[in-house]
Formats: sequence, C-alpha cells, structure tokens
Amino acid sequence: MRRLLILGGGTAGTMAANKLYKELDKGQWQITVIDADDDHRYQPGYLFMPFGTYKPSQVTKSRRATLNSGVDLQYGEIDVVHPEEQVVALTDGREFAYDMLIIATGVSPRPDQTDGMLGPEWRKSVHEFYSYDGSVTLAEKLKDWPGGRLVVNIVDMPIKCPVAPLEFAFLADDFFKDKGMRDKVEMTYVTPLPGAFTKPIAAEAFGTTLDDKGIAVESDFMLMEIDNDKKALVSYDEREVPFDLLVTVPLNMGQDFIGRSGLGDELNLVSVDKFTQLSTQFDTIFALGDANNIPASKAGSVAHFEIDIFVENFMQHIAGKEMSHKFDGHANCFIETGGGKAMLIDFNYDYEPLPGKFPYAGVGPMNLLKESRINHLGKLAFRWIYWNVLMPGRSMPLPALMSLKGKRTDLLETEQEKQPALSA
Amino acid sequence: MATTVINGKEVVVDDEGFMTQYDQWDEDIASALAAAIDVDLTDEHWKVINFLREDFKEKGETPTIRRVSTAGGVDTKKLFQLFPKKPAKKMSYIAGLPKPHGCV
Repeated sequence: MRRLLILGGGTAGTMAANKLYKELDKGQWQITVIDADDDHRYQPGYLFMPFGTYKPSQVTKSRRATLNSGVDLQYGEIDVVHPEEQVVALTDGREFAYDMLIIATGVSPRPDQTDGMLGPEWRKSVHEFYSYDGSVTLAEKLKDWPGGRLVVNIVDMPIKCPVAPLEFAFLADDFFKDKGMRDKVEMTYVTPLPGAFTKPIAAEAFGTTLDDKGIAVESDFMLMEIDNDKKALVSYDEREVPFDLLVTVPLNMGQDFIGRSGLGDELNLVSVDKFTQLSTQFDTIFALGDANNIPASKAGSVAHFEIDIFVENFMQHIAGKEMSHKFDGHANCFIETGGGKAMLIDFNYDYEPLPGKFPYAGVGPMNLLKESRINHLGKLAFRWIYWNVLMPGRSMPLPALMSLKGKRTDLLETEQEKQPALSA
Repeated sequence: MATTVINGKEVVVDDEGFMTQYDQWDEDIASALAAAIDVDLTDEHWKVINFLREDFKEKGETPTIRRVSTAGGVDTKKLFQLFPKKPAKKMSYIAGLPKPHGCV
C-alpha cells in the first residue's frame, strides 16, 4: 500500500481528500488526513458572526463527517516534516511515513507578530474576526458598544480573503445604521496598500462607496505597534490613528512547522510552482490552498478551482507522467457592500476583475463588478454549497479556469493586457 | 495605459506612470525614475531595487515591505529613510514593477 498523507482537514485538505479518494485505486493507496481537532469551520462565516447574522453553530461541522468514510483521519499536532525521509512527526511522538504529501494547513492570524497587539487591550478594545474565537468575542463586544472611533485595519498582505476587511467596514456601517447609532460612530479604514482599492477598473466600479458611507481611508500605513495606553495605531513613519474599537487583521502566516521543516518562506508559506502547486524543492510534496505561496488571493474559491486542476495533475504525477494542466489563479468572490447587496468579482493571475455577466455571457444571471441583491443572495447560498457540493468533492457547474466570455475586455486598454503571457 | 519616453527609451506605463513591462527596465531608467520623485540612488537603494527585481522574477509578485526587510535584509525603518513616506510605492516605481495591490 502506498500512503497519501494530507496535513490539514480544512477547505483545501478536505476537497483534495474527497476528490482523490474517488480517483485513486483503493487497493494501492490509503489516504490519511491529520488535523488538530474535529472542528471544520466555514471561515467565510466569520465575517457575518460579529453582526449576529450567523450563529457559531452555523459555521462548524465535524471534520470526520465532512470527509469520506474511506479516508483515515488522525488527530494531532504536527511537529516537523522530514522531506528527505518522507516522514511526518507529530508532537505526541507518532510518525507517519508517506509516499506523497499534501500540505493544506492554511494560514492563521498572528497577533504575536505586531508589538503591543497582545497587550492589555487585546480582546477588550483590540479585536479581530479572522479566527473563530475572535469573531465570537467581537460579536459580544458589538452588542452593546456605545459608539466612538471604529478603526478597521490590515497589518500586511497577503491575508485570507483580501476583501473581507472592506466588507466588514460596509457591514458595520449597515449594522450601526440599523441600530440607529451611525452618527455615534466615526469609521476609518487603515491599510498598508496605496488605497482601499488598487485595481483601476474595480476602483472605478466602487467609485465613491467609502466616501458615501462616511468611511475615512488612511493608506500606505505600515503598522509598527499598537500603543495600548494611548489606544492608537502607530506607523513606521510616525503617524498615529487613535481608536475606541480596533478591528484589525493580524499578520497572516503559515504554520510554524513549515518553517521548522525548511519548507517555507519568511511567512511560512510553502514555495510551489504556481501552475501545479508542486513543491519547488521536493517532488513528493504538494501544497494546496492558503498554505502555498502562489500569487493569488488566499481564499476558498482559489482552493476550489486550484484543486479541480490539481487532481488531474496529481494522477499524472504519480503515474510518472508530466503534469499537463495549468492552474491560472482563478478566483470568484462575492463582496458584501451593505444594504442587502453584494458585488461579484471573477479574476485570475493575468486579468483583474472586469464588469460583465456571469456565468453565462449576456445572460448572467449574476452581474460582475456591480452591486445587486442577487449577488448577496448568492453569497448567503454559498454556505450550503460549501458544505453540500464543494466539500464532498462534487462538481460545480463552473469551469475551473477563468473564462473571458461575458467580460468587458474592451476596458483593458493595451493589447498586452488583453493577451498577457500566462508565464509573465 | 500609455507609452512614454524615459531616458530616451519608449516604455509602457500605467495611469500612474508605473512601468508594466518587466523587460523594458534598465538601470538608467531606474535612475531617471528616481530623479523624477526626488530620490538620490545610493548603494543601499540599489540593494533594495536589485532585491525587488530578483524577487519579482522568481515569485511573480512585487515583494512587500516585510519581505524586503526579512528576506532582503533592509529593515522597515531604513526603507522609510531611503524612500520617504511611501516606500512600497516608491521602491516599486523605481524598480519598474507593479505597486503592491489587493484583489480589487
């Protein structure tokens, strides 16, 4: 028997395990997934929990129940991978040998990486919603928060779901309006990027959304520390942004065992080929989803399309053939804009989000880069699709690679942008 | 998008004047771009710019300030001295690379 070992039973690990279980010869391959616990979280739900839209129970299912019953699941903390020996050691002393390894342990918010973030104000006036506990605690905080200066902050890129902090700001604006206290809240969006929007065509589509909602933007803000006494963000160029309530997105990093195993970069992201997700160091290791370093958004949507392509490549790879499929960095995401509406964006390595119709050219029914009610309903419906279609490894009626059909490519001005080299 | 002439060479730039074609860049162009935003290039600047160029070539993405600091060996405070106020934007501008971006 040969063993496929999958580290991490979240979005990417579960999809990979369930899809490969259907493909691999059961007489030859055993699949083992290792994770720390049995709680599989629907992470897109973390955005909604602070506002009471989702209850904690709606974002959690059993990993065991989400994995095919033929897939072995072991609980434990990973200590280190020995890539030369093809062995993974757990902190409890157990060792698992593998023929092929998939690393799908994602990224986690790391408040310990910013001076002062874990100070006395942590979980009091300094909050985050990128973890289950953080999202639950913030929901409690927002219930009876009397208002004041609300600051939404991104420490640094890359982060899981790069649009989530913006969505949080839009939904917060709505939340306080509904409570009749918007006039008591002063909102500022603090980003290390040159602006809240950085892609020209999307920026135009969002237009004055932030202004209209009365949300100020502080850009190019490289956070140096959080001053707990002053309750202020302090940047490297000595700007200070005071807050009464800070909702920050801490630095996102891959798991520490990746660094210990010599497989990661400075953020513990596994270096892989961006088209196949095969490790650049070892041909027995793939890294899927947020755990790898491909220049795409860290989002479940990317993991989904990536794994559609990956499964075919994996089967070729273990048969000793050349991998013939190339992942294009495709992502497809709903962006909540408040007021029961959402935008939809569809993009990849080479094409920025463009307006148009999706998934059928001229028909839709979804509009790209345009606010609509149906996009919002799509976002809410997605939770069902996640648990019932994506995780079991069933097919979505969507192509894995991005299509230009229905998109306004005429908005791209140069020939170079219309026909970029995929390898550029 | 448009083309412009920098240091006698025609290059493609975006609306903000950032070069979009990796291979059109050379060191003379970098000096001209730096002069345009009042940056005098020293050896320390070149260390940063060369790291940016190499890293982009390998990863397909402009490195963040944090990455320049941890992997490139020039710390964040220093970057703010070398490229005052907006190091991320200024260093990518001079290196002929896209400025750091999100997905929208």
